[in-house]
Amino acid sequence: MFKLVKRPEPSRQMVLVSPLLALLLTLLAGIILFLFMGVSPTEALYAFFVEPLTSLYGWAELGVKATPLVLIAVTLSVGFRAGIWNIGAEGQLTLGGICGGAVALLFYEVESVWVIPLMVLAGIAGGMFWAAIPAFLRTRFNANEILTSLMLTYVAGLLLSLLVHGVMRDPDGYNFPESRLFSDSALLPIILEGTRLHVGWLMALAVVVAAWIMMARTLIGFEVKVLGQAPAAGRYAGFSQRNIIWFSLLLSGGAAGLAGMIEVSGPIGQVLPTISPGYGFTAIIVAFVGRLHPVGVLLAGLLLALSYLGGESAQISLNLPLAVTGVFQGMLLFFLLACDVLIHYQIVRKTGPVSAIADQDTTQATTNTATESK
Amino acid sequence: MDILIPTILTIITAATPLLFAALGELITEKSGVLNLGVEGMILAGAVCGFAAVHFSGSASFGVVAGAAAGALLSLIFAALVLGFQASQVATGLALTIFGVGLSALIGQDLVGVAYDGLPKVAIPFLSDLPLIGEVFFKHDVLVYVSLLMVPLVWWFLTYSRAGLVLRAVGDSHDAAHAMGYPVVRIRLFAILFGGAMSGIAGAYLSLAYSPMWIENMSAGRGWIALALVVFATWRPWRVLLGAYLFGGISILQLHAQAMGIGIPSQVMSMLPYLVTILVLVLISRDQNKIKLNSPACIGKPFHPTS
Repeated sequence: MFKLVKRPEPSRQMVLVSPLLALLLTLLAGIILFLFMGVSPTEALYAFFVEPLTSLYGWAELGVKATPLVLIAVTLSVGFRAGIWNIGAEGQLTLGGICGGAVALLFYEVESVWVIPLMVLAGIAGGMFWAAIPAFLRTRFNANEILTSLMLTYVAGLLLSLLVHGVMRDPDGYNFPESRLFSDSALLPIILEGTRLHVGWLMALAVVVAAWIMMARTLIGFEVKVLGQAPAAGRYAGFSQRNIIWFSLLLSGGAAGLAGMIEVSGPIGQVLPTISPGYGFTAIIVAFVGRLHPVGVLLAGLLLALSYLGGESAQISLNLPLAVTGVFQGMLLFFLLACDVLIHYQIVRKTGPVSAIADQDTTQATTNTATESK
Repeated sequence: MDILIPTILTIITAATPLLFAALGELITEKSGVLNLGVEGMILAGAVCGFAAVHFSGSASFGVVAGAAAGALLSLIFAALVLGFQASQVATGLALTIFGVGLSALIGQDLVGVAYDGLPKVAIPFLSDLPLIGEVFFKHDVLVYVSLLMVPLVWWFLTYSRAGLVLRAVGDSHDAAHAMGYPVVRIRLFAILFGGAMSGIAGAYLSLAYSPMWIENMSAGRGWIALALVVFATWRPWRVLLGAYLFGGISILQLHAQAMGIGIPSQVMSMLPYLVTILVLVLISRDQNKIKLNSPACIGKPFHPTS
């Protein structure tokens, strides 16, 4: 039998090896899944991971899909590092889409360069507002932010539905639950001719760089890391848990709101009853696969964006259901969580001498578990 | 009276899945494990239960299949959390994301398939009582089972030896381990029980509450069940109270529409989620209450060191 033995220090290599190993295992599991569904695994994997990238348009679409994922995941990572679980990014994205879309509709057919900046501000404000509710409830009443932010996601979805069926509905739209198509001044500029790649992608890249600098070079980044790894030490140093809760929720809420505004103003171009295929939830996977690090998140965002494109391409070329994407994403996270055991533990054979080593490790392991489990 | 009876009946059907899922999660949490994957397990139970009935025609087989699907998914959770020392929060979220995708994949050919719903079982003599008989003694089996589970879970946790060990594991896994109790095995059973109960909750949704399969049909009930456990401060009888309270709120919209009240349906649909938040706030406000009642080791990883 095998036994887990705590490493004296977390392995830095394993932090990077684990996602690759998880990806490999996901592909293997995918092959089994495809065989089970009676599809040729080679064709399916080709359709999923290669076909979408055989054209410039495909590469541009990768950026389009990665934009919301990266924007949200980079900022979620900040909270996750501090042990603040904002699970409601999907709802904050929806609010950003509603507020950004509202500005676009208010300034319908107004030709001004200020429409887009105003939409950006409205989107960020909407997302921040929606994230401020769990932040307030957590800091004031100690209500669990996982549950409150998630409940608000459902409320946001219903609010969007209400508005699209009501005040935001296109007056000339034959009662379809859709808004007017935005006028040109409310559409994000395209940065690659002939594709849908818009300036939102540049915003996402800018946020990655900003987050990197923040986490590596600023006091608030340091506070986040300390409070996440050693809450007692953080409190002793006078870092405020309350401030970090507000900071990380407003940050990720604002970014999710921006992502929502980018979705309605970029690829969609109007307000629809659904504006996201679950980007807010997938971003959670992106954050973990990207090791909660801005650069890692960027790469992971591209990978998960590919899974969306692959799902669409496999649906067209092989008639596979779109739900395969979700299964792939879930499996990737499962395998990642399993592989992450290698960061803190070594797997060793259970034999005589090893148990002696394990016993030596006992004191070490207990102290480590104690610090880990905040 | 014409409105009252159907109202009570719909409250009962709306409360039953919440009751199943929350009682299951209660046991899991009492053992010191927080499984945030309830939503995913409910969906798996819903689609597998429905598929089983569709292909076999047997309602009881459907319920068993739902329970098995929920338990199977919770087994993945258990392997990751107990075996691989993964974070319970992250793994639970993964379980929900996976469950949503998997159920949509399994159920793609079942959308639009009709089913009559679970047969109603009238309890002899009692169901003949005027009014009361109609309201309380003519339900499908699962309603009775869910109500029976409440005293059962309560008795198990309060008086049974196994229940006391389970609570000890949840309150101090190190002490329980030192006393020689198999912490990991006990938690495994608690997680599996939670999974099976969530699976039954799902089967109830797709077989009785609205007998069909729709993607994401649980609509956040798994998360509401999680909130219910906090609301109930980990006590089975209060779970019952909470489940029926929420059942009542969630069916308000149906009856408001029927009575012609001019509130948009979306606003009415928001109610259960808003009330969940409100209730969480009211309970969590009193930190001592939470601290006194919640299992002390909840969410903490356990690594046996000797």
